[in-house]
Amino acid sequence: MIKTDILIIGAGPTGLFTVFEAGLLKLKCHIIDTLAQPGGQLSELYPKKPIYDIPGFPEVKAGDLVDNLMEQIKSFQPGFTLGEVAQDIDKQEDGSFIVTTNKGTKHHAPIVAIAGGLGSFEPRKPPIQNLAQFEDKGVQYMIRNPEEFQGKSVVIAGGGDSALDWSIYLADIAEEVTLVHRRNEFRGALESVDRVKELKDMGKIKLITPAEVVDVYGENHLEGVMIRKNNNPAEDFPLSADYFIPLFGLSPKLGPIANWGLEIEKNAIKVDNTLDYQTNIPGIYAIGDVNTYPGKLKLILCGFHEATLMCQSAYQKIYPNKRYVMKYTTVGGVTGFDGSKKEAPKSVVRSID
Amino acid sequence: MQDVNITIIDRDGVSHEIEAPTDMAMNLMEIVRSYELAPEGTIGICGGMAMCASCQCYIESDTDLPEKEGDEEAMLAEAFFVKENSRLGCQIPITEDIEGLKVRLAPEEL
Repeated sequence: MIKTDILIIGAGPTGLFTVFEAGLLKLKCHIIDTLAQPGGQLSELYPKKPIYDIPGFPEVKAGDLVDNLMEQIKSFQPGFTLGEVAQDIDKQEDGSFIVTTNKGTKHHAPIVAIAGGLGSFEPRKPPIQNLAQFEDKGVQYMIRNPEEFQGKSVVIAGGGDSALDWSIYLADIAEEVTLVHRRNEFRGALESVDRVKELKDMGKIKLITPAEVVDVYGENHLEGVMIRKNNNPAEDFPLSADYFIPLFGLSPKLGPIANWGLEIEKNAIKVDNTLDYQTNIPGIYAIGDVNTYPGKLKLILCGFHEATLMCQSAYQKIYPNKRYVMKYTTVGGVTGFDGSKKEAPKSVVRSID
Repeated sequence: MQDVNITIIDRDGVSHEIEAPTDMAMNLMEIVRSYELAPEGTIGICGGMAMCASCQCYIESDTDLPEKEGDEEAMLAEAFFVKENSRLGCQIPITEDIEGLKVRLAPEEL
């Protein structure tokens, strides 16, 4: 069981900055995120794109902002449970919470801060009839164990980096790799596109474009897919395959937190914006893009503000009898849990003789 | 600067006649959101970067629209329910040139 003071769900900019504000209050944090790396949308969707409305940064690339936040919170030693989805929440008798992930990891904290952005990123599933029926029976949306494809025939669909990269990777493992894409053009790193072309010329990858998979078939396990060339049903042909892997990127879904008994409005969690961004369940807060209140703006800078106020409220909940006065970091410095201390240099007083 | 008249058919098939402003640097996705013609969280998810296809729509009038750029082409190549007349609403700026535009919102990806 992982124990912490504030359990943060979502490692986007708001979740990361929460660690800093909590750290100033000597509160420890642990973060759960679906993705394998911190940063949320910024890392997953647009790491190289510029942002112009972070106060004090005339321009900052999304990926750099995440790097900076990670550096800023480093001394507060946040824990991370990455690549797992916060699935269930159980309120304990003492008012604390146990949050369990889809992989069974348990987290115990008096405060839960949902900084879930647009939700957890899930693979986009193409609208193919019967697709769900073959999930885990030949249809996969991500590759966990490449070795299982040894000696098998694999059909990959998609035109981005993950489709290209996995086609290249599996070309050496699988018996047969077929890449199906709706266009002749691929949007991926140039090296990957070139490599796929090489492998195609070597006969190690079969490329079918412009085409798409329109159906899947089999008895119990997947046996093949129906491919439509040139968007023309008359050209449909079956291709036998042990595996079909659609790789169309990820899209955010509110996911399991929608079933936690929280008040939801417009696909977002309603919070008290007059005070501390608490939800209808005391002890659970929602901050950043995931919440809603009158006048809400889904901006990173608003998430930072919400995180700051939320941490003050969390502190009062954890230490109801303590009187706390906010101290400027310029005055109090930043004392990390790792023993490090950053502080403003003292001014030198010296008389002039 | 004048408003333009456009017709937007929502995902339930209901037709809406909208007067869209040309002086607010808006795009079609933002018009749909401002009139709440699709629930929040189901359209414009990426905020207008052509990185999701939640604002996909079908163009049903012969209005002259700006050509698709690389980002939009690439996203549509991986979107679902794509037709010949598919566009991303976030890539269609509201200008005087689109007077009379008629679009139908594509189904939501589940």
